[in-house]
Amino acid sequence: MPSEKMLMNGSQTVGEAAVRAGCRYYFGYPITPQNELPEYLSARMPEVGGTFIQGESEVASINMVLGASVSGARTMTSSSSPGISLKQEGISYMAGMELPAVIINMMRGGPGLGNIAPSAADYFQATRGGGHGDYRTPVLAPGGGQELVDLTFEAFDLADKYRNPVMILGDGLMGQIMEPVVFPDFIDLKDLPEKDWALRGCKGREARAIFSMILGQKGELYRHNLDLQKKYDRMTAEEQRWEIKYAEDAELIVVAYGSAARIAESAIEELKAEGINAGLFRPITLWPFPLPALRELSKKVPKLAVFELCLGQMVEDVILSVGERSEIYFHGVPGGIIPTPAQVAEFLRSTVKGDGKVGRRIEV
Amino acid sequence: MSTDIEYKKIFGWPESLKHNPTHYCPGCGHSIAHRLVAECLDEMGLREKTIGVPPVGCSVLAYNYFNFDMVEAPHGRALAVATGIKRVQPDKFVLTYQGDGDLAAIGTAETIHAANRGERISAIFINNAIYGMTGGQMAPTTLLGQNATTAPGGRDARLHGQPIDISRMLAVSNGVVFIERCALTSVKQIRKAKKAIKKSFQCQLDDLGFSLVELLSPCPTNWKVSPKDSWNWVNEEMVKTYPLGVIKDTTGYEDKK
Repeated sequence: MPSEKMLMNGSQTVGEAAVRAGCRYYFGYPITPQNELPEYLSARMPEVGGTFIQGESEVASINMVLGASVSGARTMTSSSSPGISLKQEGISYMAGMELPAVIINMMRGGPGLGNIAPSAADYFQATRGGGHGDYRTPVLAPGGGQELVDLTFEAFDLADKYRNPVMILGDGLMGQIMEPVVFPDFIDLKDLPEKDWALRGCKGREARAIFSMILGQKGELYRHNLDLQKKYDRMTAEEQRWEIKYAEDAELIVVAYGSAARIAESAIEELKAEGINAGLFRPITLWPFPLPALRELSKKVPKLAVFELCLGQMVEDVILSVGERSEIYFHGVPGGIIPTPAQVAEFLRSTVKGDGKVGRRIEV
Repeated sequence: MSTDIEYKKIFGWPESLKHNPTHYCPGCGHSIAHRLVAECLDEMGLREKTIGVPPVGCSVLAYNYFNFDMVEAPHGRALAVATGIKRVQPDKFVLTYQGDGDLAAIGTAETIHAANRGERISAIFINNAIYGMTGGQMAPTTLLGQNATTAPGGRDARLHGQPIDISRMLAVSNGVVFIERCALTSVKQIRKAKKAIKKSFQCQLDDLGFSLVELLSPCPTNWKVSPKDSWNWVNEEMVKTYPLGVIKDTTGYEDKK
């Protein structure tokens, strides 16, 4: 049965959703602002017969995830920006070895230790692979609340479907804000497709190995990369998610994801009272980025206002989507500062007027 | 006079080893260590429930030689990967096979913490005091005065630090139940090593805690000596820094004489 409506913060929400999505193995290392997630699971996992281990580092934790994944389990880790940097080695290996797992990044201000305030400056790292080598991981960007539940379920399904790590990209604000959520029933692990590739001992079959090192001198690694690329192409074709709101009669479209999109929505409402109609394009998959959907929308509304909680990362995908066809304006706020809806409304007014007072025109 | 002679097989190719020629250099200890691990798994009936984790280093390709399930780990992370496997599959037999660079340099944190958690894992630790795969650079275990391509003129304690004795470091942890150091350079020691490996495997089967067998192993190629001299160097020099014998044993097992 689905749960009652519950009031939980975003990190705990992801934890409970993961458990109900069949995750029984969590490995992680503490880092602010996402500690509520491991704390929640340290108590919750034993209740459902699962395992929680606080690893000695993010590096160890992601490799425990690798071991749990190769055993056929649904498994996850979580962290925030500096910790996610440390996990990149393991994520690259898992991509090369085609092992599913879910990685949560509740982003904070960077670079380096930065601060512990919400930020969205890890877009490049998340959407461009993050570690070494020619690989991709799907990146889901919830808007918070109920969508954290839905996308956590989706992340585990995508990971298993493609045998690939999947990242959920949230931020410290989303992780800590308390919202009402409803959880679907627990999935039955027996209903999931059998992972016949998992390593469970070679009884009744030939021994097998799973590895990413492919030395051969006849182009074996070349072919492995081409095979991986085919998988990424399939994801690109089939897994784009986005939301369009208020686009009817809009004179400009705000492009924003995650917490930035929620702030933007309040700004859009503020403008409505002034008779300015602004629409919202919210990518839900940051990779694969919903390029064609944004391109189509920009044909109807050529003025785009890109708003990010960093100094301009997703805007590059917007440029790739619409090229020179649109007028692109950008406003970014770095360093863990959360702007008010009123400040974002100023950017949108400035974009309508084209006066350049807040934000700047991007020359393509 | 009867012609019916009953034959009993007393020696053969272990099932836990594939029939593949190895890439190891002449005189290298890996082939002996592989064989010992394989024999122990066979004799204890563990092959079909074993999942092994090789290191990054000379034995990174061990899955071409071992005939049981294996998964690669990033350099140094074998015991973290093994932890994940064992926690999901506590009824399976999980072993790591790691060199000194893997286990005692880049993976030191993973090693100490897996041991300290008392993970029910058996670690086979090959100590040859050098980086083999990459061509003879200084290892954490390189002896004082020993030459390496990144320690020209020999390891100098002031400059490079002391050779690390990770087995003795691990022994202080209550999560560790058994550690023994053996050598692969005499028949007597090889037989001892096999006994130690079996005991380590038994610790895991009996759910006692973490165990490790360190094997002093010759690397004639990177030590730049003949195989014969490499054996002598282990037996005469290496054992001074790394004395052989049981380092820790809280198993309570009574060793069969």
